[in-house]
Amino acid sequence: MVILTIVLLALMLIAALWTVMTRGLIRAVLGLAATSIVLTILMFMLGASLAAVFELSVCAGLITVIFASTIAMTQPSSRSALMEKMRHRMRRYWYLPAIIVVVGAALAWLSIGASVSLPAPLSAVADVKKVLWDSRQTDLIGQIIVIFTGVFGVIVLFKERKT
Amino acid sequence: MEALAIFKDFWICIVLVAIAGIYCLVMTRNFIRVLIGLELMTKAVTLLIIVAGLASGRLALAQALAITLIVVEVVVVSVAAGIVLSVFRLNESLDIRKSRNLKG
Repeated sequence: MVILTIVLLALMLIAALWTVMTRGLIRAVLGLAATSIVLTILMFMLGASLAAVFELSVCAGLITVIFASTIAMTQPSSRSALMEKMRHRMRRYWYLPAIIVVVGAALAWLSIGASVSLPAPLSAVADVKKVLWDSRQTDLIGQIIVIFTGVFGVIVLFKERKT
Repeated sequence: MEALAIFKDFWICIVLVAIAGIYCLVMTRNFIRVLIGLELMTKAVTLLIIVAGLASGRLALAQALAITLIVVEVVVVSVAAGIVLSVFRLNESLDIRKSRNLKG
């Protein structure tokens, strides 16, 4: 179980690195979806199944579609100019693996003797549906307001201007 | 004690994914990659919320918060994608350096 968790965490990190370092935008979006899928598996393993379903359907599905359509609608005029730009951009990203390795080693070294103080665990395990619908009702109202704000924002952005 | 071990297993990976997102945000010159970096950071935070909930024995509350975070995330990405499209129509480019007309 521990080995599987570590393998999944490593996969998530590799997918994130690929997302940042890959050349094409579509590949980067696919890397982001892969990161989401690995995160979903991790959340299922931790027992957070409801949040995992949301993550899989919304983050790996809907957001990938939004990104793909945005990329399709913003294709650059000249493909050769794009390839030339891509060739030069890799120079800026070679530092990232080195930074990840150094910071990861430093954090692993720090965490050997570190102690984190956590609150005492609750005796009764609460049901997520009960918490979501009873204790966190304000959150749900907030979510509805945020969704409406998003819808109105998109409507305002794409409104045809009268000329 | 077991909860603490879970937390220690995860937090290094969470920090590293967040660093990858921040690096993408800082170094990129493309609007869409800015959004991708933001998404990566959000993924790290989602995992952190779930792991913290599990470690403190409040997984149900953590799931409720993670669901709220996911909803906010998708709305932010949709509106930001709309803004990116508008900027592209205005400038014919996704390069951040060419968006000087947004200044002020």
